[in-house]
Amino acid sequence: MSIADYVIEVQKLTKSYGKVEVLKGVDLQVERGTMLALLGPNGAGKTTIVRILSTLLGFDEGTVLVDGHDVRTEVNAVRAVIGLTGQSTAVDELLTGRENLVMMGRLYRLTASSAKVRAQELLEEFDLLEAAGRPTKTYSGGMRRRLDLAVSLIATPPVLFLDEPTTGLDPRSRLAMWGIIKSLLAGGTTILLTTQYLEEADQLADRIAVIDGGRVIAAGTPSSLKSKVGNDRLELTFLDDESFRHALTALDDDVIDSNAAEYSASVVINDTNSDVKRALNMLAEAGVVVQSLAVHKPTLDDVFLSLTGKLKPSGTVESN
Amino acid sequence: MPAQLVFERRPRAILAVNDSLLMARRSCTHIIRNTDQLLGAFFQPIMFLVLFAAVFGGAISKTLPPGTSYLDFLMPGIIIQTVAFGSTTAAVAVCNDLQKGIVDRFRSLPMSPLAVLNGHVASNLLRSAISTVVMLVVGLVIGFRSQASVIDWLAIAGLILLFTLAFSWLSAIVGLMAKSVEAVQWLTFVLVFPLTFASTTFVPAAGMNPILKAFAVNQPITQVVEAVRALMLGRPIGNFGWLAIGWNIGILLLAVPLASWLFRLRASG
Repeated sequence: MSIADYVIEVQKLTKSYGKVEVLKGVDLQVERGTMLALLGPNGAGKTTIVRILSTLLGFDEGTVLVDGHDVRTEVNAVRAVIGLTGQSTAVDELLTGRENLVMMGRLYRLTASSAKVRAQELLEEFDLLEAAGRPTKTYSGGMRRRLDLAVSLIATPPVLFLDEPTTGLDPRSRLAMWGIIKSLLAGGTTILLTTQYLEEADQLADRIAVIDGGRVIAAGTPSSLKSKVGNDRLELTFLDDESFRHALTALDDDVIDSNAAEYSASVVINDTNSDVKRALNMLAEAGVVVQSLAVHKPTLDDVFLSLTGKLKPSGTVESN
Repeated sequence: MPAQLVFERRPRAILAVNDSLLMARRSCTHIIRNTDQLLGAFFQPIMFLVLFAAVFGGAISKTLPPGTSYLDFLMPGIIIQTVAFGSTTAAVAVCNDLQKGIVDRFRSLPMSPLAVLNGHVASNLLRSAISTVVMLVVGLVIGFRSQASVIDWLAIAGLILLFTLAFSWLSAIVGLMAKSVEAVQWLTFVLVFPLTFASTTFVPAAGMNPILKAFAVNQPITQVVEAVRALMLGRPIGNFGWLAIGWNIGILLLAVPLASWLFRLRASG
């Protein structure tokens, strides 16, 4: 076993609010330059973990190290290496985008001229140059999120915490945010991201930890996790009982699930393009007419269904 | 390729002062950009001054010592009342910061944590100074005349500043304790309204019933108002000056540590 370079190390972390146990012994490790995604429903404890890691919140037991510094005893050393983008956008609404960036840069202890240069750089990089002189209350949701992320990057921190960075964003803004996050990873930043979307964790993360009820209930690479959850499925619905039966015969081994009452069947697909084509070809050869079809990607619900056997994640309390 | 970042290499204490200055600049920008609030800081004092002088002037001037106009009597009181009410905007600002995620961001930075409160207090001093100057100018236009010398005016400015400082910190405490901005508004109202009216701000204490009078003549706002009044009207100041200074310093000694403690408590919740 090689000695790994862990930037984030969490061991046996527990935290209670009064009698409510929010974290019940969490262990996490994140290697330098990689991303760990914390995947879980609302109230699973994701935000609590991020707040503890970013020195905002105390905890009961366990050890928490960020870049080798103890978050309890070396608060300022931790704060100097981290950037935080919380769930609610934390930019000043009455200041302009540029003023926000420069102010935060100064508070990160950058010199005035260095903060200005860096602000200009980030405004260009995050496509905010045009809006740089406007108060941020006039920004759209996507622009505000981009500025929020830019603000946490002002001092190019080597460790970044992103708490549900794409929740509430439209698909285009989400893709733009993913692009930015990928380039940060490529630049060597270590990232801990929380999300409720399996797809997001799958797209971005090197490793995923599934959190439920204050515990890590599964951890591993996206592909190892997805192999537990199951693959994408093609869901087919047929016109009547006769075509449904013909279809089952034609598809035979590929069918993993069927419902005679609804004339519907599901087929596993590994590669969307070729597998869908193959299934449809087999049906066409058998002369079966398909009424509707849909590709179903595994969701957080599917993860929980396969990991816990329960339909709904248990969650704990809202922690923010 | 990102530019090389240059970090400050100055002593911690200087950086901490710098943090407070940055936060003060932020809060002052808020005042200037928040047009509604700025208009309030201009027109509310004018409205109060003109209304009180016009409505109460006739009735109250009979109870004043001969030779004193009600406007001259009212001027110090209305300034203190306006500053007291104006300070409540600091409570709203603190509460607003706590409710939006921005305090979390500030706390995740290697900055001095109390700079946030210092900033709101400093900007409140600026807003109060604007209101006070506006009132004095309008007062002079409608007939206020002062007997104060330059040194008296410096003392007046010092007293008003000290009072504003003390009230800003009290106000910050309200902002830290309240659960919502609406709560701040009614909390400050029920605290500030009785304090400013059950005093010699608008009327002499002579006509009050004994219980009210006992409260009115001993509470801090009366001390400050009477001290400023004595200086403005060229009357002997008596003990009011020292009492006003003592009260305000006492309030500061209690309020600043309490506010700091509450800030740490609320911000880590």
